[in-house]
Amino acid sequence: MTALLLLPLLLPFIAPALAERTARRLAPAPAVWVLTLAALALAGGSVIALGALVVTGLLKLPLFASLGELAHPLRTPWDAVAVPSAAAAVGLIAVGAWALIRSAVRQARTLRAAHAEVRRRPVAGDLCVVDSPYPDAYALPGRPGRIVITTAMIRSLDAAEREVLFAHERAHNAYRHHLFLAAAELAAHCHPALRAVRDATRYTAERAADEAAAAAVGDRRLTARAIARAALASGAHHPERPAVAPAATTGPVPRRVAALLAAPAPHRRRAAPWVAVLLAACATTSVCASATGAIGFHHKIEVAQGEVAH
Amino acid sequence: MTNAKDERRPAGELEASVLAVLWAAGTPLTPAEVQAALPHDPARTTVTTTLARLYDKGIAGRLRQGRGYAYFPVQDAPGLTALRMHSELERDADRETVLARFVARLSPDDEQFLRDLLEPEDR
Repeated sequence: MTALLLLPLLLPFIAPALAERTARRLAPAPAVWVLTLAALALAGGSVIALGALVVTGLLKLPLFASLGELAHPLRTPWDAVAVPSAAAAVGLIAVGAWALIRSAVRQARTLRAAHAEVRRRPVAGDLCVVDSPYPDAYALPGRPGRIVITTAMIRSLDAAEREVLFAHERAHNAYRHHLFLAAAELAAHCHPALRAVRDATRYTAERAADEAAAAAVGDRRLTARAIARAALASGAHHPERPAVAPAATTGPVPRRVAALLAAPAPHRRRAAPWVAVLLAACATTSVCASATGAIGFHHKIEVAQGEVAH
Repeated sequence: MTNAKDERRPAGELEASVLAVLWAAGTPLTPAEVQAALPHDPARTTVTTTLARLYDKGIAGRLRQGRGYAYFPVQDAPGLTALRMHSELERDADRETVLARFVARLSPDDEQFLRDLLEPEDR
């Protein structure tokens, strides 16, 4: 049982490597699903495991043991460390919950501000133009979804490149990518190792929208050029921004551009599902282990309560 | 990229494209000029209808020019609100999650990679 409850806490640590490979090899649209569901399952598993650790620790304390109506002391294989590990689990849960609440509040505020801006402006079709000297564009989720673009971004791109941008943002809204990103964000606050899975989810959502845009305009090279030009235009206005990536690595935008310039390779697709299957297996194991562990733990509590025979 | 394909485009998408063309131009455009600027080559009548609709909604203004009109985008309240929104949104590191942005931030190496990529096309 100890191992069953430790497994969900350890499995997320191998998830980043699998998520990174899934993002690179699986077609982006299914990859968004696989990564999001895996992140949620791994997050659920680790939260259940942490919860079990906390309850165990509490039931070791006389006060909570009497509240829990325990007739006998709770028998666990990790008696010596039950209270310290429960304290650690409480700490982890508190830190995660605090970060989650802060992030949720901030994002709700951002969304409200963006929606308020769009309400005050005329909308042509699904497009809202903001007269601003900063090149910027984003998909604003809602019913219906909107595309917000600044005049500076409009002028940075030619007409064909703008169509790419519109198709990209429409894909985000049509596939409701913001829900996947919110789910991945939630998971990232449940276990620190799942932050890398969230980043992989963000990247595949962008890739899925890129591919949808390339299909809509019928030109991968044009799509790549539009992304590159938009990125350079946004960058020119932030000379003070710190370098986010070390010299040897490439950031998400060049990877997206390179992926569009490389023709979709069928031989890589065949190998891809194995990574995705491995990630799904990892997530399933986490859920099963935590569920089995929790059921076993519940049984031990009932034994301690004297309700069932040992 | 044919007229047939364009017929299937929802009217809202064409409205968006036409408004973007008006903003990009900086000077009032006639329906013929708007049509020429659109990459997907819609029918002239479709463009004229769309411009009339933008005018009716108050999104575009128009001036008499020859026998027809030239259209321009209506500027909204001063750029102040835009500046405020930009700073508001820029402050939040978590913004990417709720507002899927077209492009993320670049490192200097990323910029060089993209410049090298665009260079042959810009020549």
